[in-house]
Amino acid sequence: MAVKVMIPTPLRVYAGKRDSAEFTAATVGEALGHLTTQFGDLRKHLFTEDGKLRSFVNVYVNDEDIRYLAKENTPTKDGDTISIVPSIAGGSRFAHSSPPGC
Amino acid sequence: MSTKVQPLTASPAAQPAATTLTNEEILRYSRHLIMPEVGMEGQLKLKNAKVLLIGTGGLGAPLGLYLAAAGVGRLGLVDFDVVDFTNLQRQIAFGTSDVGKSKAQAARARLSDLNPDIQIEAFETQLTSANALELFKDFDIIVDGTDNFPTRYLVNDACILLGKPNVYGSIFRFEGQITVFGMPDGPCYRCLYPEPPPPGLVPSCAEGGVLGVLPGIVGSIQAMETIKLIIGRGDSLVGRLLLFDALGMKFRDLKLRKNPNCPMCGEQRTINQLIDYYEFCGVRGEEAPGPNVQVPEIAPKELKSRLDRGDDLYILDVREPHEYQICNLNGHLIPLGELPRRVHELDSSREIVAHCRSGKRSAEAVDFLRKAGFRKILNLKGGILAWSDEVDPTVPKY
Repeated sequence: MAVKVMIPTPLRVYAGKRDSAEFTAATVGEALGHLTTQFGDLRKHLFTEDGKLRSFVNVYVNDEDIRYLAKENTPTKDGDTISIVPSIAGGSRFAHSSPPGC
Repeated sequence: MSTKVQPLTASPAAQPAATTLTNEEILRYSRHLIMPEVGMEGQLKLKNAKVLLIGTGGLGAPLGLYLAAAGVGRLGLVDFDVVDFTNLQRQIAFGTSDVGKSKAQAARARLSDLNPDIQIEAFETQLTSANALELFKDFDIIVDGTDNFPTRYLVNDACILLGKPNVYGSIFRFEGQITVFGMPDGPCYRCLYPEPPPPGLVPSCAEGGVLGVLPGIVGSIQAMETIKLIIGRGDSLVGRLLLFDALGMKFRDLKLRKNPNCPMCGEQRTINQLIDYYEFCGVRGEEAPGPNVQVPEIAPKELKSRLDRGDDLYILDVREPHEYQICNLNGHLIPLGELPRRVHELDSSREIVAHCRSGKRSAEAVDFLRKAGFRKILNLKGGILAWSDEVDPTVPKY
Protein backbone atom coordinates (compact mmCIF):
# COMPACT_ATOMS: atom_id res chain seq x y z
CA MET A 1 0.00 0.00 0.00
CA ALA A 2 1.50 3.35 -0.99
CA VAL A 3 1.60 5.60 2.04
CA LYS A 4 3.08 9.00 2.73
CA VAL A 5 4.87 9.67 6.01
CA MET A 6 4.86 13.32 7.12
CA ILE A 7 8.03 14.34 8.94
CA PRO A 8 7.62 17.11 11.50
CA THR A 9 9.96 20.09 11.58
CA PRO A 10 12.01 19.01 14.62
CA LEU A 11 12.92 15.72 12.92
CA ARG A 12 13.55 16.95 9.38
CA VAL A 13 17.22 17.54 10.11
CA TYR A 14 17.56 13.76 10.55
CA ALA A 15 15.70 12.99 7.35
CA GLY A 16 17.79 14.94 4.88
CA LYS A 17 15.58 18.01 5.48
CA ARG A 18 12.64 16.27 3.85
CA ASP A 19 9.13 17.02 5.05
CA SER A 20 7.71 13.71 3.84
CA ALA A 21 8.69 10.34 2.42
CA GLU A 22 6.72 7.70 0.56
CA PHE A 23 6.81 3.98 1.12
CA THR A 24 4.97 0.80 0.33
CA ALA A 25 3.77 -0.65 3.60
CA ALA A 26 0.95 -2.78 4.90
CA THR A 27 1.03 -1.42 8.43
CA VAL A 28 2.13 1.70 10.26
CA GLY A 29 4.96 -0.26 11.84
CA GLU A 30 6.23 -1.29 8.45
CA ALA A 31 6.14 2.27 7.15
CA LEU A 32 8.06 3.55 10.18
CA GLY A 33 10.52 0.73 9.75
CA HIS A 34 11.18 1.80 6.16
CA LEU A 35 11.53 5.38 7.34
CA THR A 36 14.14 4.59 9.97
CA THR A 37 15.97 2.27 7.59
CA GLN A 38 16.23 5.04 5.03
CA PHE A 39 17.04 7.68 7.63
CA GLY A 40 19.01 5.89 10.33
CA ASP A 41 19.44 9.01 12.49
CA LEU A 42 15.69 9.15 13.00
CA ARG A 43 15.58 5.84 14.78
CA LYS A 44 16.69 6.98 18.21
CA HIS A 45 14.38 9.97 18.10
CA LEU A 46 11.36 7.82 17.35
CA PHE A 47 12.13 4.58 19.13
CA THR A 48 13.61 3.50 22.43
CA GLU A 49 16.48 1.03 22.49
CA ASP A 50 14.05 -1.85 22.78
CA GLY A 51 12.15 -0.77 19.72
CA LYS A 52 9.13 0.91 21.32
CA LEU A 53 7.71 4.14 19.99
CA ARG A 54 8.73 6.98 22.30
CA SER A 55 5.93 8.25 24.50
CA PHE A 56 6.38 11.88 23.52
CA VAL A 57 5.87 11.02 19.85
CA ASN A 58 2.39 10.36 18.54
CA VAL A 59 1.63 8.72 15.25
CA TYR A 60 -1.54 9.25 13.26
CA VAL A 61 -2.98 7.52 10.24
CA ASN A 62 -4.88 10.26 8.47
CA ASP A 63 -6.47 11.97 11.46
CA GLU A 64 -6.64 9.04 13.90
CA ASP A 65 -4.13 8.38 16.67
CA ILE A 66 -2.76 4.84 16.27
CA ARG A 67 -2.97 4.33 20.04
CA TYR A 68 -6.73 4.08 19.53
CA LEU A 69 -6.45 1.88 16.46
CA ALA A 70 -4.08 -1.08 16.39
CA LYS A 71 -0.92 0.85 17.29
CA GLU A 72 1.94 -0.19 15.04
CA ASN A 73 -0.15 -3.01 13.62
CA THR A 74 -2.67 -0.53 12.25
CA PRO A 75 -3.19 -1.52 8.62
CA THR A 76 -2.62 1.09 5.96
CA LYS A 77 -4.22 1.49 2.59
CA ASP A 78 -3.25 3.30 -0.59
CA GLY A 79 -3.12 7.02 -0.18
CA ASP A 80 -3.01 7.02 3.63
CA THR A 81 -1.00 9.73 5.33
CA ILE A 82 1.01 8.81 8.41
CA SER A 83 1.83 11.82 10.59
CA ILE A 84 4.48 11.91 13.26
CA VAL A 85 3.56 14.47 15.91
CA PRO A 86 6.21 15.04 18.55
CA SER A 87 5.77 17.05 21.69
CA ILE A 88 6.96 20.64 21.24
CA ALA A 89 7.03 23.27 23.90
CA GLY A 90 7.92 26.64 22.51
CA GLY A 91 10.30 28.78 20.57
CA SER A 92 12.69 29.70 23.29
CA ARG A 93 16.01 28.10 23.99
CA PHE A 94 14.41 26.35 26.91
CA ALA A 95 12.01 24.69 24.50
CA HIS A 96 13.30 21.24 25.28
CA SER A 97 14.63 21.96 28.73
CA SER A 98 18.13 22.49 27.45
CA PRO A 99 20.40 25.36 28.43
CA PRO A 100 20.48 28.49 26.29
CA GLY A 101 22.79 27.95 23.37
CA CYS A 102 25.59 25.49 22.97
CA MET B 1 -21.11 21.24 17.18
CA SER B 2 -20.50 24.27 19.32
CA THR B 3 -19.27 23.98 22.85
CA LYS B 4 -20.95 25.43 25.88
CA VAL B 5 -19.50 28.52 27.45
CA GLN B 6 -17.79 27.92 30.75
CA PRO B 7 -20.22 29.24 33.39
CA LEU B 8 -18.87 32.36 34.99
CA THR B 9 -18.70 31.98 38.72
CA ALA B 10 -18.04 35.02 40.84
CA SER B 11 -15.26 34.67 43.36
CA PRO B 12 -15.63 36.54 46.66
CA ALA B 13 -13.30 39.35 45.60
CA ALA B 14 -14.84 39.79 42.15
CA GLN B 15 -17.09 42.54 40.93
CA PRO B 16 -20.71 41.58 40.29
CA ALA B 17 -21.32 40.61 36.67
CA ALA B 18 -21.76 43.56 34.32
CA THR B 19 -25.14 43.72 32.65
CA THR B 20 -24.67 46.77 30.50
CA LEU B 21 -22.12 48.40 28.26
CA THR B 22 -21.30 52.09 28.49
CA ASN B 23 -21.79 54.26 25.41
CA GLU B 24 -18.04 54.37 25.01
CA GLU B 25 -17.82 50.58 25.09
CA ILE B 26 -20.61 50.31 22.55
CA LEU B 27 -18.63 52.57 20.24
CA ARG B 28 -15.32 50.81 20.87
CA TYR B 29 -16.77 47.37 20.18
CA SER B 30 -19.21 48.38 17.48
CA ARG B 31 -17.65 46.02 14.97
CA HIS B 32 -18.39 43.15 17.37
CA LEU B 33 -21.87 44.36 18.23
CA ILE B 34 -23.09 44.52 14.67
CA MET B 35 -22.28 40.83 14.18
CA PRO B 36 -25.16 38.56 15.16
CA GLU B 37 -22.60 36.01 16.36
CA VAL B 38 -21.46 38.45 19.05
CA GLY B 39 -23.97 41.21 19.66
CA MET B 40 -24.55 42.83 23.04
CA GLU B 41 -24.90 39.42 24.64
CA GLY B 42 -21.51 38.22 23.41
CA GLN B 43 -19.78 41.48 24.26
CA LEU B 44 -21.14 41.30 27.80
CA LYS B 45 -19.78 37.78 28.10
CA LEU B 46 -16.39 39.12 27.06
CA LYS B 47 -16.67 41.95 29.58
CA ASN B 48 -17.40 39.47 32.35
CA ALA B 49 -14.73 36.98 31.34
CA LYS B 50 -11.54 36.50 33.31
CA VAL B 51 -8.62 35.06 31.39
CA LEU B 52 -5.16 34.27 32.73
CA LEU B 53 -2.23 34.30 30.30
CA ILE B 54 0.73 32.17 31.29
CA GLY B 55 3.64 33.82 29.51
CA THR B 56 3.74 37.21 27.83
CA GLY B 57 6.33 36.37 25.18
CA GLY B 58 5.99 35.14 21.64
CA LEU B 59 2.59 33.54 22.11
CA GLY B 60 1.45 35.84 24.92
CA ALA B 61 1.94 39.02 22.87
CA PRO B 62 -0.69 38.48 20.17
CA LEU B 63 -2.86 36.73 22.76
CA GLY B 64 -2.82 39.62 25.15
CA LEU B 65 -3.23 42.21 22.45
CA TYR B 66 -6.25 40.55 20.84
CA LEU B 67 -7.96 39.65 24.12
CA ALA B 68 -7.52 43.23 25.32
CA ALA B 69 -8.77 44.55 22.02
CA ALA B 70 -11.80 42.26 22.24
CA GLY B 71 -12.73 43.63 25.63
CA VAL B 72 -12.07 40.67 27.91
CA GLY B 73 -12.94 42.29 31.22
CA ARG B 74 -10.14 40.90 33.31
CA LEU B 75 -6.75 39.74 32.10
CA GLY B 76 -4.01 38.28 34.25
CA LEU B 77 -0.46 38.19 32.91
CA VAL B 78 1.98 35.75 34.48
CA ASP B 79 5.65 36.19 33.59
CA PHE B 80 8.72 36.49 35.80
CA ASP B 81 11.12 37.34 33.01
CA VAL B 82 12.54 40.66 31.81
CA VAL B 83 12.48 41.91 28.24
CA ASP B 84 15.65 40.92 26.37
CA PHE B 85 16.89 42.50 23.15
CA THR B 86 16.59 39.17 21.34
CA ASN B 87 12.90 38.99 22.29
CA LEU B 88 11.98 41.90 20.03
CA GLN B 89 12.20 39.70 16.94
CA ARG B 90 8.87 38.17 17.93
CA GLN B 91 7.48 39.48 21.21
CA ILE B 92 5.53 42.31 19.72
CA ALA B 93 3.89 43.55 22.90
CA PHE B 94 7.24 45.15 23.73
CA GLY B 95 9.17 48.04 22.29
CA THR B 96 12.90 48.72 22.23
CA SER B 97 12.45 51.04 25.21
CA ASP B 98 11.11 48.10 27.24
CA VAL B 99 14.41 46.17 27.16
CA GLY B 100 15.37 45.38 30.74
CA LYS B 101 11.87 45.93 32.11
CA SER B 102 9.63 43.30 33.65
CA LYS B 103 7.71 41.58 30.85
CA ALA B 104 4.50 41.36 32.86
CA GLN B 105 4.62 45.08 33.65
CA ALA B 106 5.61 46.13 30.14
CA ALA B 107 2.83 43.99 28.66
CA ARG B 108 0.34 45.43 31.12
CA ALA B 109 1.31 48.95 30.11
CA ARG B 110 0.95 48.15 26.41
CA LEU B 111 -2.40 46.39 26.82
CA SER B 112 -3.73 49.15 29.07
CA ASP B 113 -2.91 51.67 26.40
CA LEU B 114 -4.79 49.58 23.85
CA ASN B 115 -7.77 49.21 26.16
CA PRO B 116 -7.89 51.27 29.37
CA ASP B 117 -11.40 50.00 30.22
CA ILE B 118 -10.39 46.49 31.20
CA GLN B 119 -8.72 45.23 34.35
CA ILE B 120 -5.19 43.95 33.76
CA GLU B 121 -3.07 42.41 36.49
CA ALA B 122 0.61 41.63 36.20
CA PHE B 123 1.89 38.65 38.19
CA GLU B 124 5.67 38.90 38.16
CA THR B 125 6.12 35.46 39.52
CA GLN B 126 7.27 32.10 38.35
CA LEU B 127 4.40 29.69 38.12
CA THR B 128 5.05 26.77 40.48
CA SER B 129 3.19 23.91 42.11
CA ALA B 130 3.00 26.07 45.21
CA ASN B 131 1.13 28.97 43.64
CA ALA B 132 -0.65 27.67 40.53
CA LEU B 133 -3.92 26.60 42.09
CA GLU B 134 -4.28 29.84 44.04
CA LEU B 135 -3.43 31.93 40.98
CA PHE B 136 -5.77 30.07 38.62
CA LYS B 137 -8.83 29.85 40.82
CA ASP B 138 -10.14 33.36 40.20
CA PHE B 139 -9.98 33.06 36.41
CA ASP B 140 -12.33 31.31 33.99
CA ILE B 141 -9.94 30.32 31.24
CA ILE B 142 -6.20 29.73 31.30
CA VAL B 143 -4.15 30.26 28.14
CA ASP B 144 -0.85 28.43 27.96
CA GLY B 145 1.79 30.48 26.17
CA THR B 146 4.81 29.01 27.85
CA ASP B 147 8.03 27.69 26.43
CA ASN B 148 9.01 24.66 28.49
CA PHE B 149 7.69 21.22 29.28
CA PRO B 150 7.55 21.36 33.08
CA THR B 151 5.27 24.40 32.99
CA ARG B 152 3.05 22.85 30.34
CA TYR B 153 2.39 19.84 32.55
CA LEU B 154 1.89 22.09 35.56
CA VAL B 155 -0.65 24.28 33.75
CA ASN B 156 -2.45 21.22 32.49
CA ASP B 157 -2.70 19.53 35.85
CA ALA B 158 -3.78 22.69 37.67
CA CYS B 159 -6.51 23.29 35.09
CA ILE B 160 -7.81 19.73 35.37
CA LEU B 161 -7.81 19.86 39.15
CA LEU B 162 -9.73 23.14 39.08
CA GLY B 163 -11.98 22.28 36.14
CA LYS B 164 -10.81 25.14 33.92
CA PRO B 165 -10.26 25.13 30.16
CA ASN B 166 -6.66 25.41 29.00
CA VAL B 167 -6.19 26.96 25.56
CA TYR B 168 -2.92 25.39 24.48
CA GLY B 169 -0.54 26.56 21.80
CA SER B 170 3.03 25.56 21.15
CA ILE B 171 5.61 26.17 18.47
CA PHE B 172 8.94 24.99 17.17
CA ARG B 173 10.78 26.79 14.38
CA PHE B 174 8.14 26.68 11.66
CA GLU B 175 5.49 24.47 13.21
CA GLY B 176 2.69 25.03 15.65
CA GLN B 177 0.14 23.00 17.57
CA ILE B 178 -3.09 24.39 19.00
CA THR B 179 -5.92 22.78 20.89
CA VAL B 180 -8.18 23.26 23.90
CA PHE B 181 -7.64 21.01 26.89
CA GLY B 182 -9.55 20.82 30.11
CA MET B 183 -13.12 20.82 28.89
CA PRO B 184 -15.46 18.41 30.71
CA ASP B 185 -15.54 15.62 28.11
CA GLY B 186 -12.36 16.58 26.35
CA PRO B 187 -8.78 15.39 26.63
CA CYS B 188 -5.97 16.92 28.60
CA TYR B 189 -2.30 17.41 27.75
CA ARG B 190 -1.38 14.10 29.35
CA CYS B 191 -3.85 12.33 27.04
CA LEU B 192 -1.82 13.63 24.12
CA TYR B 193 1.64 13.31 25.62
CA PRO B 194 1.75 11.13 28.73
CA GLU B 195 5.44 11.88 29.14
CA PRO B 196 7.79 14.65 28.16
CA PRO B 197 10.91 14.05 26.09
CA PRO B 198 13.94 13.51 28.31
CA PRO B 199 16.48 16.34 28.10
CA GLY B 200 19.41 15.44 25.88
CA LEU B 201 17.27 13.58 23.40
CA VAL B 202 16.19 16.59 21.40
CA PRO B 203 16.83 17.65 17.80
CA SER B 204 20.39 19.02 17.63
CA CYS B 205 20.61 21.37 20.60
CA ALA B 206 18.01 23.84 21.82
CA GLU B 207 19.22 26.28 19.20
CA GLY B 208 16.05 25.63 17.21
CA GLY B 209 15.40 29.27 16.62
CA VAL B 210 11.97 30.43 15.53
CA LEU B 211 10.56 32.52 12.73
CA GLY B 212 9.24 35.51 14.68
CA VAL B 213 5.86 35.64 13.06
CA LEU B 214 5.06 31.99 13.87
CA PRO B 215 4.00 32.60 17.49
CA GLY B 216 2.08 35.56 16.15
CA ILE B 217 -0.09 33.21 14.11
CA VAL B 218 -0.39 30.52 16.77
CA GLY B 219 -1.03 33.03 19.58
CA SER B 220 -3.71 34.70 17.49
CA ILE B 221 -5.41 31.33 17.00
CA GLN B 222 -5.29 30.85 20.76
CA ALA B 223 -6.94 34.26 21.20
CA MET B 224 -9.59 33.25 18.69
CA GLU B 225 -10.30 29.99 20.53
CA THR B 226 -10.50 31.82 23.84
CA ILE B 227 -13.00 34.30 22.48
CA LYS B 228 -15.08 31.51 20.94
CA LEU B 229 -15.22 29.73 24.28
CA ILE B 230 -16.32 32.92 26.01
CA ILE B 231 -19.06 33.84 23.56
CA GLY B 232 -20.04 30.21 22.96
CA ARG B 233 -19.84 30.31 19.18
CA GLY B 234 -18.28 28.22 16.46
CA ASP B 235 -16.57 24.85 16.66
CA SER B 236 -13.94 24.79 19.35
CA LEU B 237 -10.66 22.91 19.02
CA VAL B 238 -11.68 20.63 21.90
CA GLY B 239 -10.81 17.12 20.82
CA ARG B 240 -8.87 18.35 17.81
CA LEU B 241 -5.18 19.07 17.42
CA LEU B 242 -4.58 21.77 14.84
CA LEU B 243 -1.15 21.40 13.27
CA PHE B 244 0.29 24.31 11.39
CA ASP B 245 3.26 23.98 9.03
CA ALA B 246 4.26 27.53 8.15
CA LEU B 247 6.80 26.59 5.51
CA GLY B 248 4.33 24.45 3.58
CA MET B 249 1.51 26.81 4.66
CA LYS B 250 -0.65 23.86 5.62
CA PHE B 251 -3.14 23.42 8.42
CA ARG B 252 -4.03 19.89 9.45
CA ASP B 253 -6.56 18.63 11.89
CA LEU B 254 -5.96 15.50 13.96
CA LYS B 255 -8.41 13.84 16.33
CA LEU B 256 -7.45 14.18 19.94
CA ARG B 257 -9.12 11.59 22.09
CA LYS B 258 -9.61 11.64 25.81
CA ASN B 259 -7.56 8.75 27.15
CA PRO B 260 -9.84 6.71 29.43
CA ASN B 261 -6.74 5.64 31.35
CA CYS B 262 -5.33 9.13 31.70
CA PRO B 263 -3.95 9.47 35.23
CA MET B 264 -5.17 13.06 35.35
CA CYS B 265 -8.51 13.30 33.54
CA GLY B 266 -9.39 9.65 32.95
CA GLU B 267 -11.88 7.46 34.69
CA GLN B 268 -9.51 6.64 37.56
CA ARG B 269 -7.57 9.75 38.48
CA THR B 270 -4.34 8.82 40.18
CA ILE B 271 -2.83 12.31 40.31
CA ASN B 272 -4.70 14.40 42.85
CA GLN B 273 -2.23 17.15 43.46
CA LEU B 274 0.45 19.11 41.70
CA ILE B 275 3.81 17.36 41.56
CA ASP B 276 7.43 18.34 41.06
CA TYR B 277 7.30 18.99 37.32
CA TYR B 278 11.02 19.59 36.93
CA GLU B 279 11.65 16.17 38.32
CA PHE B 280 8.92 14.71 36.10
CA CYS B 281 10.63 16.22 33.07
CA GLY B 282 14.07 15.10 34.21
CA VAL B 283 15.28 18.65 34.62
CA ARG B 284 17.31 19.53 37.71
CA GLY B 285 16.59 23.22 38.14
CA GLU B 286 16.53 25.83 35.40
CA GLU B 287 20.20 26.67 35.46
CA ALA B 288 21.71 23.35 34.52
CA PRO B 289 19.22 21.02 32.94
CA GLY B 290 20.77 17.83 31.63
CA PRO B 291 24.22 16.47 32.37
CA ASN B 292 27.31 18.62 31.77
CA VAL B 293 30.10 16.69 30.14
CA GLN B 294 33.52 17.09 31.80
CA VAL B 295 36.27 17.28 29.18
CA PRO B 296 39.70 18.89 28.91
CA GLU B 297 39.38 22.57 28.02
CA ILE B 298 41.32 25.50 26.69
CA ALA B 299 40.37 29.11 27.44
CA PRO B 300 40.03 31.52 24.49
CA LYS B 301 43.01 33.66 25.54
CA GLU B 302 45.23 30.62 25.76
CA LEU B 303 44.08 29.45 22.35
CA LYS B 304 44.90 32.87 20.94
CA SER B 305 48.41 32.82 22.45
CA ARG B 306 49.09 29.39 21.09
CA LEU B 307 47.88 30.31 17.61
CA ASP B 308 49.95 33.51 17.65
CA ARG B 309 52.97 31.45 18.66
CA GLY B 310 52.47 29.31 15.57
CA ASP B 311 51.34 26.10 17.28
CA ASP B 312 49.89 23.59 14.84
CA LEU B 313 46.32 23.42 16.09
CA TYR B 314 43.39 22.08 14.12
CA ILE B 315 40.20 24.01 14.82
CA LEU B 316 37.07 21.88 14.63
CA ASP B 317 33.76 23.77 14.50
CA VAL B 318 30.77 21.59 15.43
CA ARG B 319 28.05 24.16 14.80
CA GLU B 320 25.57 24.24 11.92
CA PRO B 321 26.39 25.73 8.49
CA HIS B 322 24.13 28.74 8.96
CA GLU B 323 25.93 29.56 12.22
CA TYR B 324 29.28 29.38 10.41
CA GLN B 325 27.99 32.10 8.13
CA ILE B 326 27.27 34.42 11.05
CA CYS B 327 30.82 34.19 12.36
CA ASN B 328 33.59 31.63 12.54
CA LEU B 329 37.18 31.04 13.56
CA ASN B 330 38.10 29.51 10.19
CA GLY B 331 37.58 26.11 11.70
CA HIS B 332 36.79 22.92 9.82
CA LEU B 333 33.02 22.57 10.02
CA ILE B 334 31.50 19.23 11.01
CA PRO B 335 28.09 19.72 12.64
CA LEU B 336 27.82 17.72 15.85
CA GLY B 337 25.07 15.48 14.47
CA GLU B 338 27.32 14.47 11.56
CA LEU B 339 30.45 13.83 13.60
CA PRO B 340 30.01 10.06 14.02
CA ARG B 341 29.72 9.68 10.26
CA ARG B 342 32.55 12.07 9.40
CA VAL B 343 35.09 11.30 12.07
CA HIS B 344 37.43 9.91 9.39
CA GLU B 345 37.98 13.52 8.23
CA LEU B 346 39.92 14.16 11.42
CA ASP B 347 43.57 13.28 11.96
CA SER B 348 44.01 11.96 15.49
CA SER B 349 47.74 12.68 15.40
CA ARG B 350 47.05 16.41 15.31
CA GLU B 351 46.08 18.52 18.27
CA ILE B 352 42.43 19.47 17.84
CA VAL B 353 40.47 22.27 19.50
CA ALA B 354 36.72 21.83 19.16
CA HIS B 355 34.35 24.75 19.51
CA CYS B 356 30.71 25.64 19.12
CA ARG B 357 28.67 28.63 20.19
CA SER B 358 28.98 28.45 23.95
CA GLY B 359 30.92 25.29 24.62
CA LYS B 360 28.28 22.65 25.28
CA ARG B 361 27.99 20.98 21.91
CA SER B 362 31.76 21.00 21.52
CA ALA B 363 32.09 19.38 24.96
CA GLU B 364 29.94 16.53 23.67
CA ALA B 365 32.10 16.37 20.55
CA VAL B 366 35.29 16.16 22.61
CA ASP B 367 33.72 13.48 24.79
CA PHE B 368 32.71 11.49 21.74
CA LEU B 369 36.13 11.82 20.11
CA ARG B 370 37.99 10.85 23.29
CA LYS B 371 35.86 7.73 23.47
CA ALA B 372 36.74 7.12 19.83
CA GLY B 373 40.44 7.15 20.76
CA PHE B 374 41.43 10.77 20.11
CA ARG B 375 43.97 11.81 22.76
CA LYS B 376 44.95 15.32 21.70
CA ILE B 377 41.63 17.10 21.85
CA LEU B 378 40.45 20.13 23.81
CA ASN B 379 37.16 21.96 24.17
CA LEU B 380 37.16 25.75 23.70
CA LYS B 381 35.70 26.90 26.99
CA GLY B 382 32.74 29.18 26.46
CA GLY B 383 32.79 28.72 22.70
CA ILE B 384 32.81 31.48 20.15
CA LEU B 385 30.81 33.66 22.54
CA ALA B 386 33.70 33.63 25.01
CA TRP B 387 36.13 34.25 22.13
CA SER B 388 34.14 37.38 21.30
CA ASP B 389 34.11 38.51 24.94
CA GLU B 390 37.73 37.78 25.77
CA VAL B 391 39.77 37.88 22.59
CA ASP B 392 38.09 39.56 19.64
CA PRO B 393 35.02 41.74 20.24
CA THR B 394 34.56 42.23 16.51
CA VAL B 395 33.23 38.68 16.35
CA PRO B 396 29.44 39.05 16.58
CA LYS B 397 27.52 37.31 19.32
CA TYR B 398 24.23 35.66 18.52
